[in-house]
Amino acid sequence: MTATHYTYWIIFALMMIGLYAVMSHGNLVKKLIGLNIFQVAVFMFFISLGRVDGGSPPIITEGIEVYSHPLPHVLILTAIVVGVATTSVGVAIAIRIYEAYGTVEEDNALARDAAEEAAE
Amino acid sequence: MSSLDLAEAVLLGILLVTALAITRARSLFVAAMLGGLFSLVTASLFVLLDAVDVAFTEAAVGAGISTVLFITALALTNSQEATTPRRRVIPAGLVAVLATAGLIYASFDLPGVGDPDSPVQTHPITDTYLRESQQDLHVPNTVTGVLASYRGYDTLGEVVVIFTAGIGVLLLMLGPRRPADEARDRAYLQAEYRVLRVVSKTLMPFILLFALYVLLHGEYGPGGGFQAGVIFGAGFILYTLMFGLAAVQRVLPMRTLVVLVAVGVLIYAGVGVATMALGGGFLDYNEFNPGNPSGGQVAGILLIEVGVGITVAAVMVAMFYSLIRRGVRR
Amino acid sequence: MISQLPALQVVVPLVSAAGCVLLRSAFGAWLLFSFAAAASLVTAVVLTVQVWDGDVIRYEMGGWPAPAGIELVIDQANVVVLLLLGVIAVIAAAYGRRSIEVEVPLRRVRMFYAALCLLLTGLLGIAVTGDAFNLFVFLEISSLSSYALIALGRRRRALLAAFQYLVIGTVGGTFLLIGVGLAFAVTGTLNMADLADRLPGVAGNRAVTGAVVFIFVGLAIKMAVFPLHAWLPGAYSEAPSVVGVVLAAVGTKVAIYAFARFAFTVFGIDVVFTDLPIGEAILVVGSLAMLAGAGVACFQQDFKRLLAWSSIGQVGMIVTGIGLATASGVSAAYLHIINHAIIKGALFAAAGILLLRLGSTSLDSMAGLGRRMPLTFGAVVVAGLGLIGVPPTAGFASKWAMAAALVEDDQWLILAVMLASSLLAMVYVGRIVEVGWFRTPANLDGQTLQNSEQATAGANPGAVRVHEQTSLLMAGSVALLAVASVYFGIDASLPSGLADGAARILTGGSAP
Repeated sequence: MTATHYTYWIIFALMMIGLYAVMSHGNLVKKLIGLNIFQVAVFMFFISLGRVDGGSPPIITEGIEVYSHPLPHVLILTAIVVGVATTSVGVAIAIRIYEAYGTVEEDNALARDAAEEAAE
Repeated sequence: MSSLDLAEAVLLGILLVTALAITRARSLFVAAMLGGLFSLVTASLFVLLDAVDVAFTEAAVGAGISTVLFITALALTNSQEATTPRRRVIPAGLVAVLATAGLIYASFDLPGVGDPDSPVQTHPITDTYLRESQQDLHVPNTVTGVLASYRGYDTLGEVVVIFTAGIGVLLLMLGPRRPADEARDRAYLQAEYRVLRVVSKTLMPFILLFALYVLLHGEYGPGGGFQAGVIFGAGFILYTLMFGLAAVQRVLPMRTLVVLVAVGVLIYAGVGVATMALGGGFLDYNEFNPGNPSGGQVAGILLIEVGVGITVAAVMVAMFYSLIRRGVRR
Repeated sequence: MISQLPALQVVVPLVSAAGCVLLRSAFGAWLLFSFAAAASLVTAVVLTVQVWDGDVIRYEMGGWPAPAGIELVIDQANVVVLLLLGVIAVIAAAYGRRSIEVEVPLRRVRMFYAALCLLLTGLLGIAVTGDAFNLFVFLEISSLSSYALIALGRRRRALLAAFQYLVIGTVGGTFLLIGVGLAFAVTGTLNMADLADRLPGVAGNRAVTGAVVFIFVGLAIKMAVFPLHAWLPGAYSEAPSVVGVVLAAVGTKVAIYAFARFAFTVFGIDVVFTDLPIGEAILVVGSLAMLAGAGVACFQQDFKRLLAWSSIGQVGMIVTGIGLATASGVSAAYLHIINHAIIKGALFAAAGILLLRLGSTSLDSMAGLGRRMPLTFGAVVVAGLGLIGVPPTAGFASKWAMAAALVEDDQWLILAVMLASSLLAMVYVGRIVEVGWFRTPANLDGQTLQNSEQATAGANPGAVRVHEQTSLLMAGSVALLAVASVYFGIDASLPSGLADGAARILTGGSAP
């Protein structure tokens, strides 16, 4: 049982490296990259659920009897699109932040806001 | 261990190392390129896991579009380096460790990877998707069958997500045109990259044709509306990179793109409204040809794939245009 | 036509969004959005009538039977949310006409309305769906449109707030996806009813526990439950006013409904509340939220930010009701969902009027408002009384119901927390009243004050130009909501009926 679970565990490790990257960095672009890794790892998790030993891609062909399950594939196709949509909006906001603040470091931008508030 | 398992293990190992390298990398350019590598290796892993449609999409979208977005972000924000502030390391690490522990705990009761008796494999809908779909839809690529017909409503949601992202980016990026911008558009490619220009001019028609092929062949092999749209968009993005915004806007101006973005969504939703008008449920393609339901299914699937392809391609190119036009402004 | 209503509920705003992009004029876009809002409300009302006696409407998308296809499910638990969305959308349409004209640059207005249509589509889609993954997709639609809409706020802080919300919100959505994946792994299905059938068969399964926890944490981020609330104050206060009205009224409420749906219908009370300490965890974070939200609100210098922190506290109270997992608890929670939406909608709408007339929403700029704009300020005070829970406001009705539910469950400590938070609410509402009635503006000559505001407005590129008159539609919206917040306190039969019906469906019991 545990032998096949190694795959899950490595995928979980990838998820958490991505999550760690998102939370620990202050650079907005780096956060987005980390978010990307986190999401891709979740996709891997779903795909691994559909896999069958000795199966083949779920395109019905003469002579093949065992197929991998198509449902996780459909879900992840949608999820990939959702992921890139989020990345693109994130990049757009990050560019606007750079134009407004002159930095894409979250801490610097927050410090500038705090200074502005103190001056008011 | 069979050769496939070994290959999987190797790829997973590469992924782990790449992910760690991305986290540790100080240079953002390195991180972005490694991100592209991460997506490409994931796509290869998906092929090994029998998910060919997903691999196709991940390679096109993850390794292609996402990397372009990140590189553009780096160019437009003049950012080079990123370091981890000390104070964030502990709480971030804590959350990551807790979440990992929770997942590992949950995984003990998960079925093994590849188990043919898992709840996923033995659920009745597996039979519906793999066997009944052949009578009802006559579409060999079951992923397309599920995506476009059985769960067509989800795919409509997916198109709307892309549409929303396109609207969002346009709302944020579009601004008034300045004379300096016009000049920059024209003098886009200063250096003489002759080889690149010749090659991309030659490749362009093949790229667009391939996109059309992927769209139409999606029912028989890996492919479909999304992949086709991304490839079509990538062709135009390549042309923009090589010959400049002014040149490509003679063929595909921004106004046309904005219209196309909405048209694709309307085609998809329109198919659903049409089936309602014909007396069936929303997106019930059987209504197109009551005497021969599978014929109606094929027609419906093709129509919505076209709608998807149009919106995806238009959004990709429109987003790229708007990012390029923004340039570096301070 | 009637049988197609569940699908139309989502499709009409969806098509309107595409339509807004194609239109040439800002006025046309507003008309289309208003049409979509009105259509949503009418559809919601008809559906409410249909499920009034406890019926359940199931609609198969694509003509495929669930669980192979996706189905929409309308019952008393989600029809309340649909009604609320319809009402708030119509009010936003009326209110937004002038508010958007003032706060959003003209060339962006058509796309702004498109984004509003998409926000509505996403929220409606979450409310009607009977499929777990479909819920995730529409959650992302509503989230993405929110990120873009918030980023269009007039100050540059809106950009930071939107980015922070994007990162936290996406992590939350991904957690939800992980949870759905775990549930899918052990049952093989995504359909909520099918999951409910199959999950008892795998009771005690650790993957199911993981699924519940991840879904709860993911939705908790969207609900802004303490301590995952960090994104809310920035997002609500920096967003354009009409966006603030919609998000504050219904944004988190839909996520609360989604959680209730997962907890009660999909996983079931036994798994979530009996086997796991989710109920206790909710009571703890809900209490913390009530205290923290009301407490921090007392220290805020900006009116919108004060309202945002107050919302965190109120959401804590609603979530506490869900956490009790009793019919009366859930009924009280739903009642407050309705009443708080009305109250906060009124307050954020009033804030937009302040922005229009004063160019600022800081508490200092509100000095002497009771004399300068008596009607608007009156509405603010009335709604504020609802936040405290003073009879005969609607806020009192829901706090009374919550108190009764807490007593019934012997939760005396939490009852004390709720009363403490009401006291704190008295403090921050009191501050607003003090500024408006008992403080005089720095210059007794109101004209000079307005001119000085205008001067600063010109210097600061992010400021809104001061206008002389409030539009009728904006004032009318605020008035309507403020009156409703009192009316539903005097005659709470409609909201109570809806809330009880929802509780009955979800918990299977009846509220006394």
